[in-house]
Amino acid sequence: MSDTGFFSRLKNGLGKTRNGLIGGIKRIFSTNDTASLEMFEALEESLISADVGVETTLQIVEDMRKRVKAEGIEDASRLYEILKEEMTALLTQSEAGCDWRCEGEPHVMLVAGVNGSGKTTTAGKIAYTLAKEKRAVVLGAADTFRAAAGEQLAIWAERAGAQLVRHQEGADPGAVAYDTVDAGIARKADNVIIDTAGRLHTKVNLMEELKKVHRVIGKRQPGAPHEVLLVLDATTGQNGLQQARQFTQALHVNGIVLTKLDGTAKGGMVIAIHNQLGIPIKLIGVGEGVEDLQPFNARDFVAALFD
Amino acid sequence: MFENLAKRLESVFKNIRGQGRLTEANMREALQQIRNALLEADVNIQVVKKFIADVQEAALGQEVLASIHPGQQIVKIVHDELVKLMGEKNAPLARASKPPTIIMMVGLQGQGKTTSAGKLAVHLKKAGHKSLLVGADVYRPAAIKQLEIVAQQAGAEMFSLGEHADPVETCLMARGEASLRGCDTVILDTAGRLHVDEDMMLEARQIAEQLNPHEILFVANAMTGQDAVNSARQFNAALPLTGVILTQMDGDARGGAAISLIEVTGCPIKFVGVGERLEALEPFHPERMAGQILGMGDIVSLVEKAQQVVDQEKAVQFQKKMRKGDWDLEDFLDHMRQLKKMGNMSDLLQKIPGINKMLPQGMDMAEDDLKHTEAIILSMTLKERRNPNLINGGRRRRIADGSGTSVQDVNALLKEFQKMKLMMKQAMKGGKGKKHGRIPRGPMPPLPGF
Ligand SMILES: Nc1nc2c(ncn2[C@@H]2O[C@H](COP(=O)(O)OP(=O)(O)O)[C@@H](O)[C@H]2O)c(=O)[nH]1
Ligand SMILES: [Mg+2]
Repeated sequence: MSDTGFFSRLKNGLGKTRNGLIGGIKRIFSTNDTASLEMFEALEESLISADVGVETTLQIVEDMRKRVKAEGIEDASRLYEILKEEMTALLTQSEAGCDWRCEGEPHVMLVAGVNGSGKTTTAGKIAYTLAKEKRAVVLGAADTFRAAAGEQLAIWAERAGAQLVRHQEGADPGAVAYDTVDAGIARKADNVIIDTAGRLHTKVNLMEELKKVHRVIGKRQPGAPHEVLLVLDATTGQNGLQQARQFTQALHVNGIVLTKLDGTAKGGMVIAIHNQLGIPIKLIGVGEGVEDLQPFNARDFVAALFD
Repeated sequence: MFENLAKRLESVFKNIRGQGRLTEANMREALQQIRNALLEADVNIQVVKKFIADVQEAALGQEVLASIHPGQQIVKIVHDELVKLMGEKNAPLARASKPPTIIMMVGLQGQGKTTSAGKLAVHLKKAGHKSLLVGADVYRPAAIKQLEIVAQQAGAEMFSLGEHADPVETCLMARGEASLRGCDTVILDTAGRLHVDEDMMLEARQIAEQLNPHEILFVANAMTGQDAVNSARQFNAALPLTGVILTQMDGDARGGAAISLIEVTGCPIKFVGVGERLEALEPFHPERMAGQILGMGDIVSLVEKAQQVVDQEKAVQFQKKMRKGDWDLEDFLDHMRQLKKMGNMSDLLQKIPGINKMLPQGMDMAEDDLKHTEAIILSMTLKERRNPNLINGGRRRRIADGSGTSVQDVNALLKEFQKMKLMMKQAMKGGKGKKHGRIPRGPMPPLPGF
């Protein structure tokens, strides 16, 4: 990951403390000297408690068992290190750069996800981060459905020092998206970020609407959007995989933002998402303020998972 | 992975038949399957452990019934235990002996508190209550503005001291405001907050202590995972919660968090949210929820809802006409109106596994489309409606003018009508030999495109 550009603006590491209320994989390993049956059971329980999911958890635990057998590992703390390394390695492929620049034209980003996951907040935080780098940013309020969604984004635009394109409530989101890209091009913006209405991935008509927004953007600026971010709430359980699958099918999502990691939820479902769908996790949300956005870091994420 | 628990258990129990009784030994694998199914449905693992022990106790020693499969028998036991655990159905909202009744909405960020507040106002309005919605979220940008719009949509009163005021102060003022405006119910829409945020939890506690609400409802969404127990436990420790609203039940989440929430708070689920519209609030049904958590769909509520919405007699008449292929634009209009009512069901339909693909296009019909269609058909003479072939160029222009639409709109409608008529006819023929073709009989009206 580059140390300059976008990410240099983001604080590194999980700044806020998180009290792990449940389990704690670390503790399991520190109270066991040797790899034992109970230890594996406790490991399984901890991973499930972190929303990693039964299937993925069983895979991880099985892999560890095999290694213990094959390599004759006896030391519990050694096993813990191996586990951490493996999971970090697995997710490291997930760390993808996001410079979000296009030569000679605006870089266009589309933000999508289910209701209340943190799309608008994330769009605002990204705009803020980019604007701080002296980039010209245009935000588009394509959530014309939820009451006062436009006002909410307008406040974020102000906080970020970004421009805003907005239509009336109930307007066609495709038209907003088109106008936003249009404004981005006309004003020679560096980045265009389009916020969309929350929708459940099971609503066929709303997913069609989203596809249309995507198409319309491409019509105004061929090749756009360059980035489609799916915003996932870390408190989400196994349905997260379903969300990721459906949104990806509709939009070719190329990055995930995992929000609300400032709570006690661990967001373990992104492991399965990454495993099965290969979508990188790009950013995490750790609060409601402008600066509460961080690059995803596999090592920190795994460490927090084991806290 | 756990598509159908009953099926999986059937294979587990292949060999039990004839063993007579359910024992610890022959149930071990079955319980493992049940455990995994519940975990996949997001029931918290500690809750699952306890639950499995209960199921085991309930099942041990039971005779393996000859008539049904042991797998089904276990599923039945699990289902019943789940229902028992989830307790009361239709748990009513408390009412103050002396108005106003105060309801406080609390929860994490982004769970649907504001929308649920509006839904409650609509629900209470039907029972003759007038609600004052109180904007006490001064943190999230435009949250108060959102509530203002929601209140308007709900036909409720709205009050807030604005985002620069102290939320506790706002809530305190609301009581007097309610009596001034003749409201017998006050609904406090508080900011979303993390259970680990001490300042914010203190604020919520102050509001609760100062106003002594009759209901403190914890709003959580059905997609919540294992962490539901942590947040619910902390909220419950800080505030005397009285109930839960489970939102976003119209998706495909299995909703195991419901069990965790009930177990941790000891409160009943009072309502579930099933869509974005303010009418999309339903009482909680433990049996349905149990079915959903176990992945058995929610056919019951669909059928019930369909029966409620559809005008039976008209549906039957329509079917008859359609079978003969002699329906006209009047029938079409009627049918559109029925479909519109059904359209309001689409939220519900979505949650039946596999139904998405079957949903006819018309289900998503926008309000505007129907208005257009209505206007156009109403601008036709009776003769024209009965015999659309009469409608030539001149008449089309007249109809367009009369309905404030364009000739293209009229053309489109006529084309759609013809297409639909043809489709229906083909559908009828499709089921050669079978009397009713593919058109379902019974409570459901025929859906175009089937
Ligand atoms: N604690 C916390 N709250 C967040 C985070 N991201 C968003 N939120 C809050 O979650 C709620 C819903 O966010 P919003 O951006 O409106 O969601 P949207 O409906 O997806 O646009 C708001 O109250 C936000 O302040 C986060 O990373 N941490
Ligand atoms: Mg939004």
